[in-house]
Amino acid sequence: MPEANQIDVGRVAKLARLGLSEEERRLFQGQLERVLEHASKLRGLDTSDVQPAAHAVPVFNIFREDEPRLALTSDEALRNAPRQANDLFIVPKVIE
Amino acid sequence: MNVADLTGLTIAELQPLLRQREVSPREVLAALQSRINQVEPQIDAYLSLDFQDAYRQADQADVNLPLGGVPIAIKDIICMAGQPCTCASKILRNYKAVYDATVIRKLRDAGAIPFGKTNMDEFAMGASTENSSVKLTRNPWDPSRVPGGSSGGSAAAVAAGMAFGALGTDTGGSIRQPAALCGVVGMKPTYGRVSRYGVVAFASSLDQVGPLTKTVQDAAIIMNAIAGPDSLDSTCLKEPIPDYTSNLEGDLNGVRLGLPKEYLANGIDPQVRMAIERAVTEFRSLGAEVLDISLPHTQYAIASYYMIASAEASANLARFDGVRYGYRAENPQNLFDHYARTRAEGFGPEVKRRIILGTYVLSAGYYEAYYAQAQKVRTLIRRDFANAFETVDALISPTSPGLAFPIGERNADPLQMYLADIFTNAANLAGICGISVPCGFAATETGTQLPIGLQLLGKTLDERRILRIAHAYEQSTQWHKRRPPLDKSTHP
Repeated sequence: MPEANQIDVGRVAKLARLGLSEEERRLFQGQLERVLEHASKLRGLDTSDVQPAAHAVPVFNIFREDEPRLALTSDEALRNAPRQANDLFIVPKVIE
Repeated sequence: MNVADLTGLTIAELQPLLRQREVSPREVLAALQSRINQVEPQIDAYLSLDFQDAYRQADQADVNLPLGGVPIAIKDIICMAGQPCTCASKILRNYKAVYDATVIRKLRDAGAIPFGKTNMDEFAMGASTENSSVKLTRNPWDPSRVPGGSSGGSAAAVAAGMAFGALGTDTGGSIRQPAALCGVVGMKPTYGRVSRYGVVAFASSLDQVGPLTKTVQDAAIIMNAIAGPDSLDSTCLKEPIPDYTSNLEGDLNGVRLGLPKEYLANGIDPQVRMAIERAVTEFRSLGAEVLDISLPHTQYAIASYYMIASAEASANLARFDGVRYGYRAENPQNLFDHYARTRAEGFGPEVKRRIILGTYVLSAGYYEAYYAQAQKVRTLIRRDFANAFETVDALISPTSPGLAFPIGERNADPLQMYLADIFTNAANLAGICGISVPCGFAATETGTQLPIGLQLLGKTLDERRILRIAHAYEQSTQWHKRRPPLDKSTHP
């Protein structure tokens, strides 16, 4: 089992597609180590016979009729776009 | 009646005046506007106010509907068509909602006027509203202190008479804690009792919408409007909704209340402890039996909560990619740079911390140790409550271990801020309902009076019972009648 506090904030931020300044990286490294140190108490509990709870009030097999209904129009969907033209989202060129 | 007095009324007091045509919805709104103009510069509870839209709604309001003509303030995480929905984040600074959340549609169906978007911690992550990227909201009882959070704008607006009622969201205490710190009532319904459709997701297995109001009866009135099944939210429970306003009256004979010993163990402000002890005496005099009970896994709740909430947040906030809506960084070098800088420039520090924490606990090698273990502990916490509710009808505790704290006091240490949720976030993990009601005041060194909140927790879908218990307590005390000394105060 991995040790507590072994977080590498710079690496995890890359996984999360989140840019950090060097100052932020250092600050968060210390702060999150303390949070994980607190969280390490979870491992002191024997949970070998315990099922995980993904939801607070589990409900299963929620179905509804597959009926067409109104959704956003393309105008509405594009209304908050940083850039748009010709009914399309315009994004920066990403292929060299 | 003096129109200026209108804003001091509860919803239940306002309704008959509207129905008997003693005041019009337009006059109510004008009174609110005048109050906001007077008080908002001291408090900064609102992020946006569209009076024109509100007057248009007021002129069409049907006062015979349950909330006919009553303006309700809305936390800026809930979508109202045509209005900003920023989550107090730079990344959504220019975002305008293109549809109504289900709770907004339901408020409109009940005749209410959803009006005014309230300040909050960015994406509801925080306990003081200081994580807003826009501005600080001040506590109406002492403007040098925080209003609590994350629904701090909603709580401060209600406390300051700038809203008759408000909606907030509660993921780990974000309705109940600011309600306690601002001296108002705040209810977190059972998970799934209120639709989350159109509410920007923070932690989807924990988030619930609920009311912040001046009284328990007003909370019940708003619950009647917003609760119930919704085909647009598949986690919304199908059980029919009762009339939350009926059966509020009466004594508490035969009611069994549990006092979790772990919640009074240590780290509680002495004035908070005294207020809870006085409340226990009051509950007994109302006929309730108060028993000591145990929630043995309490000490693990915060760790479990922050693992799960951050994991879910990191997944939910992946949608903010600068492509379809929201902020976009200029002149990216490549695709990675586009994402990384958009998110670096768009999110504030607390949101970044939670994304990193959540990504970490879900990542290969750490998933079992942190996230899966937190979910197992969540099962144990649910069992604790289930066991407690075998012997008692509801639990009582402080809502928060401390009082409203000075602005800036806890910013440097996120863990200290997280620990402030100790009495509230277990209810979100277990999915049960809870309510905070005013239960006293504490004197500060500077001579101000700060409200104290009492929390009642009930079992799944038992809102009606905790509303009744809270109402009985509230009506036997005078705490809910006190108003902050805003008219006397000067700008800080």
